[in-house]
Amino acid sequence: MTAAPAPRATPAAPPGQPYVRIEGLTKRFGDFVAVRQVSLEIARGEIFCLLGGSGCGKTTLLRMLAGFEAPTGGAVFIDGVDVTAVPPYERPVNMMFQAYALFPHMTVEQNVAFGLRQDGTARAEIATRVHEMLALVQLEGYDKRKPHQLSGGQRQRVALARALVKRPKLLLLDEPLGALDKKLRERTQFELVNLQDRLGVTFIIVTHDQEEAMTLATRIGVMRAGEILQVGTPTDIYEFPNSRFVADFIGSVNLTDGKLVEDEPDHVRIDCPQLGTTVFVDHGVSAPPDAQVSVAVRPEKIQLTRERPPQVDNVLSGTVTGIAYLGDVTRYLVRLPTGFELRITAPNVFRREERPAHDEAVWLHWHPSATVVVTR
Amino acid sequence: MPGRRSLFVLGMLAFGFAFLYVPILAMIAYSFNASRLVTVWDSANSPTLGWYVELLHNSQVLDAARLSLRIASVNATGAVILGTLAAFALERYRRFRGRALFGLLTTAPMVLPEVITGLSLLLLFVALEQTIGWPSGRGATTITIAHMTFSMAYAIVVIQARLATVDRSLEDAAMDLGARPWKVFLVITLPLIAPAIASAWVLAFILSWDDIVITSFVSGPGSTTLPQLVFSKVRLGVSPDINALASILVLIVTVVVVAAGTYMARRDRRRLREAQAAVAAS
Repeated sequence: MTAAPAPRATPAAPPGQPYVRIEGLTKRFGDFVAVRQVSLEIARGEIFCLLGGSGCGKTTLLRMLAGFEAPTGGAVFIDGVDVTAVPPYERPVNMMFQAYALFPHMTVEQNVAFGLRQDGTARAEIATRVHEMLALVQLEGYDKRKPHQLSGGQRQRVALARALVKRPKLLLLDEPLGALDKKLRERTQFELVNLQDRLGVTFIIVTHDQEEAMTLATRIGVMRAGEILQVGTPTDIYEFPNSRFVADFIGSVNLTDGKLVEDEPDHVRIDCPQLGTTVFVDHGVSAPPDAQVSVAVRPEKIQLTRERPPQVDNVLSGTVTGIAYLGDVTRYLVRLPTGFELRITAPNVFRREERPAHDEAVWLHWHPSATVVVTR
Repeated sequence: MPGRRSLFVLGMLAFGFAFLYVPILAMIAYSFNASRLVTVWDSANSPTLGWYVELLHNSQVLDAARLSLRIASVNATGAVILGTLAAFALERYRRFRGRALFGLLTTAPMVLPEVITGLSLLLLFVALEQTIGWPSGRGATTITIAHMTFSMAYAIVVIQARLATVDRSLEDAAMDLGARPWKVFLVITLPLIAPAIASAWVLAFILSWDDIVITSFVSGPGSTTLPQLVFSKVRLGVSPDINALASILVLIVTVVVVAAGTYMARRDRRRLREAQAAVAAS
């Protein structure tokens, strides 16, 4: 993970009255279950990211919140009101579409004004609010352009202005930055968060890009096969994944199978044949004795040294089989005597530094608290 | 062979164009022929505009042209309205009972032999007149209805193809912003499929304009369309004023097609330039 620093001052979700409540939401298309029994509570002013691979049901879930798909079962409450059966044109919700869905036959101004015009807002007020909104997304002077006369970044901002001009209670964003190139995406992430902070609108974002989710979200919901596997802050999800899938999906990880051999309330030992040793974990694990578990260690948590480290637990030796110098970090691939390969990420702190070379014998060790044990 | 075109390719091109257009050019040339005999070129008095002048004084031809124009316009308008509705149902409601059958039935008139369509419509009109008294006799009304049945099928195909390329998220976005379904259709879908509706209208117009087989079945006394008139004239021996009439039609079609083509090419080039400018400026 090379995520940019989180731009917001308050990273955690404010606890309190849930603003959006989703209860047992299910969507079936014939025999295929796209969304299965999803329940979620989202607080006012949150940026909630639904993160998952393609076909995991995240977009279907979002479309049900917008009202485009009728759920097979379950209910959606927004600000305490059941909106499950409310058609999209009457919901206090707006959506920013994946490819922006700007109306190609209308100017920027007409696009942004469209929503207000449907409500029969007075002409003068429409003009003021449209120009306020265009100023907010820094698109003054572009109001007479058509969408095809705009660059990708400008289109994204028009779409955002159009979705925000009606002052929705909830804004749904479907891959909001997916169509932008990398540099622009990083800049836009910060703009999006700033804007959300100023307007206080609750955001629900769908994305497949974990870096985007980590940067934007106050909380993330990881989805797979129509179900939410884990909900938590970016730190929770990254440092304390609750399953093999989440550990593997977010960031890079070394995963191996193991068996509980010593189970105490304050520590456990896990026998990992692939590592050729037992792993020491400095906290208890809620699993039956002799249970099959998975052990996950993040590459940046493993220290790579030439000399044998002084500690006794979680020490391994191996030979370097791969090196990728990325500037800020170097990634190593180290083969253990068992043949298992571990990924290690080491920061490049010094400009001149003798780094381990190919085929060099090295030592690896990590702190007992760095080990994540998951039972499923 | 870069840089040099082969003689064979150029030859094939010339042959292809000759095959398509030499007959029409010959017809236009003969429309200026002074001779009464179509196949004899009277070099002493030609070229002459005599046949064109005669045509303008021929009330029979002018009436037939006016009738054809009226039938073709009403037919095209009706076919486009029905075609748009059917295309919308087929394209936007992917799952309804009997969708496949509906699609088949709406487009079947395209492949149905015209004689069958014509005969069955004649039988229908006669039966209707006997039972409910409408349409009374055969004439412009029955011809228009008959033309609509088959030109609607073409309109559906053209409009549905365009509708399939309209991004559905545009309609979703409009609905999300508070527009009711009917409003979405009027302000979003309709403007986006307008080019297809225009081409469907022109296509339906032309189909009706030159139809003769179905027209023959459902027309009555006093309602002679232009193709019928031309056909009956030719049967009595080709007279050269037909050449003049046909040349005028060719001229009209050429002007319309070239104008539309130029307009669309210009618009596409302008859009491309503007899009490039937007990317360059960012």
